[in-house]
Amino acid sequence: MAATLVFAGLLAATLVRFAPGFDADERALDPHLNAESLKILQQSRAGEHNILEFYLKYLRNAVRGDLGTSQSLDQPIRALLHDRWPVTARLILVGLVLAWALALSLALSAAVLRWSAYDLMGTTLSGAALCLPAAVLALLSALLRIPGEAVVACIVFPKVHRYTCNLISKTYERPHITSARSRGLGELRILFWHVLPLIGPHMAALAGISAGIAIGACIPVESLLGLPGIGQLAWQAALGRDLPLLLNLTLVITLVTLLANTSGDVIAEVFRTSEG
Amino acid sequence: MKTARRLALAVLLVAAGLSLGATWLSPASYRTQFREAPNAPPSRQHLLGTDAMARDRFSRLLYGTRISLSLAPAAAAISTFLAVLLGGLSGYLGGAWMRVGMAITDLFLSLPWIFLLITVRALLPLNVSPLTSVIITFLILGMLGWAGSARVLCAASQSLRTSAFVLQARASGLHGVRLFVFHVLPNLKPVLLAQFWISIPVFILSEANLSILGLGVAEPLPSWGSLLRELEGLLSFQQEPWKLAPLLLLVMVVTSFQLVLSNEETAA
Repeated sequence: MAATLVFAGLLAATLVRFAPGFDADERALDPHLNAESLKILQQSRAGEHNILEFYLKYLRNAVRGDLGTSQSLDQPIRALLHDRWPVTARLILVGLVLAWALALSLALSAAVLRWSAYDLMGTTLSGAALCLPAAVLALLSALLRIPGEAVVACIVFPKVHRYTCNLISKTYERPHITSARSRGLGELRILFWHVLPLIGPHMAALAGISAGIAIGACIPVESLLGLPGIGQLAWQAALGRDLPLLLNLTLVITLVTLLANTSGDVIAEVFRTSEG
Repeated sequence: MKTARRLALAVLLVAAGLSLGATWLSPASYRTQFREAPNAPPSRQHLLGTDAMARDRFSRLLYGTRISLSLAPAAAAISTFLAVLLGGLSGYLGGAWMRVGMAITDLFLSLPWIFLLITVRALLPLNVSPLTSVIITFLILGMLGWAGSARVLCAASQSLRTSAFVLQARASGLHGVRLFVFHVLPNLKPVLLAQFWISIPVFILSEANLSILGLGVAEPLPSWGSLLRELEGLLSFQQEPWKLAPLLLLVMVVTSFQLVLSNEETAA
């Protein structure tokens, strides 16, 4: 995980360094600056030309808690991340809870009821959400005055619902379920005693993946709804070609995504071990 | 299910026909301005009205369909090719090659797709000609969208590596690229086709996201994404329902792409 994180940062730094127009600095266009000021400005960015040197220096400072200063926003990056993280965290958490609640309630009730019309309704709903671009959902939510959390939920919901439905239907095809049914066990008992324990590990892994999806969803949602979170910051950093900020955001987003995925995998493993 | 697939195929054919016939079907060019009628409602002259820059919305939708529908498959072809190179080859070679290949794939998968897209797109020049913006947008989608397919292809070629026919070919003295190209690759065809087909709607949606965020296809060239930017100024669904036409077409086409693939093909 640490290696992936370090390489993700290096990849981001390399991409930014070799991007066309990297040397261009809008501040240098200011006609009020004299030759000496321009020289100081050029010198301030000289350390960024050797990508490895820049990245190692960044890592050393990051260990000490200094994440550098944003070039486009002219503020310490640590403060920016600190101020904006709560907005994104709330968006992700509430969005995930809503998405999972909707997806699970639809998938599980469809499994118990076994009505094809009800199943079709859930599939159509998730299919429709899957066919809409995240940015369109954000735009429409602004028109309908729907909160950003609900938009994140709409983006995450179809993936969770489809995967859960597939898992449940595959589990119901297993011979022990047929055997349980032939012995007259009720649908609820079959679901809670024989189906859910089997799909538990997969659902835990999916929880980690869905957190990654929610993080990605925050970018269009925050940018288009004007929410001051990490997603909007990523958007501003990308547009402003802000190397230090982009590098930090890549590392933060990669770290959170990896942590979510790893946590999901660990929980899944605990499930499997406790069953075995 | 067969009826749904047939219907989906019909929708795709109609959309492809409309995009190909845009030159003859559209009443005006995508950039012709009717300066006397900006933001006009639908009429006999302008079937979907005109946009804020007084351009015929129906014409722009047809040309936008052409761009999105022709370039998303091109991007899907690029990403599938890269997935074969990295996933297919590393799975076939196995050992350290596979570990390195999958580490690179994991690196790409560890970043949210849209974050990766906007970062790389913003690093390239933004002030470019409309045609260059189209090429850049779809090239980025193709160059960055291979990771998921690479993982699937790696697993598929890994299983083929130890199959009887490959072992027999090896025993007959066939090795390296020749064995991969002539014996492994043809057997990966169903997986390749499925991955190619699955990538198309993903890239259509990604282009729409990028264009709405202002990093996609540049004006005056239309694409589904750039046409959807109009929704930002939508007053209400009841007052201007014709503005939802690009969204309706996009949803229909993306749904059709998903329906055309059978469950078995999707699983592959």
